Amino acid sequence: MDKIEKHQQQPGFFKEVVRRSGVNIGLCWHCKCCSAGCPFAEAMDYLPNQALRMVQLDLKEEILKSSCIWICVGCHTCSVECPQAIDMSAVMDTLRQMAMEEGFPLGQPNILNFHKEVVNSIYRHGRTHKLEIMMRYKLGRREFFSDMDVGISMLSKRKLDLMPSRVEQPAEIRKLFTEDMEDVP
Amino acid sequence: MNTSQSFDISYFPGCSMATTALENNRSLHTFCGQHNIKLVELPDWNCCGSSSAHSINHHLAKWLPTRNLSLAPPGRPLMAACPSCYLRLKLTHMELSQNSAFREQYERKWGRSFDPDLRIIPFFELLSDMADAGYFSDQKGRLKGLKVVPYYGCMLSRPPVMRHEKNFHGLMEKMLSIMGAEVLHWNHSARCCGTYLSVTRADIATRSVAKILDGAEAARAECIVTACAMCHMNLEIRSKLPGKTPIFHFSELLSLSMGIGSGMGWFRRHLTDPRPLLRARRLIA
Ligand code: SF4
Ligand code: SF4
Repeated sequence: MDKIEKHQQQPGFFKEVVRRSGVNIGLCWHCKCCSAGCPFAEAMDYLPNQALRMVQLDLKEEILKSSCIWICVGCHTCSVECPQAIDMSAVMDTLRQMAMEEGFPLGQPNILNFHKEVVNSIYRHGRTHKLEIMMRYKLGRREFFSDMDVGISMLSKRKLDLMPSRVEQPAEIRKLFTEDMEDVP
Repeated sequence: MNTSQSFDISYFPGCSMATTALENNRSLHTFCGQHNIKLVELPDWNCCGSSSAHSINHHLAKWLPTRNLSLAPPGRPLMAACPSCYLRLKLTHMELSQNSAFREQYERKWGRSFDPDLRIIPFFELLSDMADAGYFSDQKGRLKGLKVVPYYGCMLSRPPVMRHEKNFHGLMEKMLSIMGAEVLHWNHSARCCGTYLSVTRADIATRSVAKILDGAEAARAECIVTACAMCHMNLEIRSKLPGKTPIFHFSELLSLSMGIGSGMGWFRRHLTDPRPLLRARRLIA
């Protein structure tokens, strides 16, 4: 981002992200320890500290459409290095969920699809069933043959169980999916 | 903790241990069993939500771990095998302890009272307690000559609210030395394995894991030992080098150091066969 145009700024965005994530993003002074330590920074369109800068500057649409918020895996490596104790992963969680709510085109729609398959698996079984997640994710992408070698060697080692391990009270889990989201900030 | 006493621990296996990492699960049970520690599976546990619930659904991420906490019987610690599950359970317990409104919702939802004294521990805390209590003073140094690099991945990295909780950097090094192994220094012990990027962005994950594997090779390690089932899987499936480096679960090496491992069927479940190395070091028949 070379130049910030006034019309790109969405007043109130910064405050909203701070409120929802519970992280005081204003404390970030851009020492870039986070970006230097992030193992996936080279694959991101904006570095982790740049993402925070964009939030500080209310650049809502730009950051919510970015791919970096999806590539971040929440490993907390950056938080350990941050002199200001910024919880980056909590900020990224908030940004992803705001991006979904706003309906902007997403930076990495496939990563969202994967997360949805994991969550669906929890809905069905109360636990995750890896084979099912992989199959549904790959079918959704029409990537029938990618990673076949990996899949076959894992199946042959019985690492991908055919049957899910499941909870005895699935209703208790499913209720969490449908009840009032009374505690969502 | 007393080395001759037997005791029970509530055990949260988590989804990986229950399936893909069965050899990790079994070797963990074997290791604990040998020391008279009984792992009692948490009744009807559910998925802690993992990174996916966190990423896209705040409500689920907040509530999935609570059910597990409510199922834990009082009076014994709850141990999570997976470092990420541990984080989820511990953070939720911390939040419940500090927030009375959340606690009320919790008690209403599960119809069980909140146990502020429930001790939630990662496997490494058990190990560290055992080491302090003198459990490993009779080690025979069976891993002698095995050149190994310990890999922690992101397990030592935590969100800022956990900055003052115990951490276990160096524990694998210490334990492996006691077991006789030759622990090598390297630069990648805390580089994250990429978790689900290995599925969603294999290009990124492959590049990142290659750095870890190259690092192990540069350190002249014969094997890597991991502390997390997810790391283990990612290092194994994305290793594209010829003459791949075998990767062990820490629980496997702990068991081998007690002379257990031959004929248990753990090692043939590995994608990179570690048996030639183990035979060469006379650790299995
Ligand atoms: S390490 Fe912390 S203070 Fe430094 S740039 Fe990153 S988030 Fe900001
Ligand atoms: S939490 Fe995200 S931004 Fe921070 S180091 Fe990990 S992947 Fe990078």
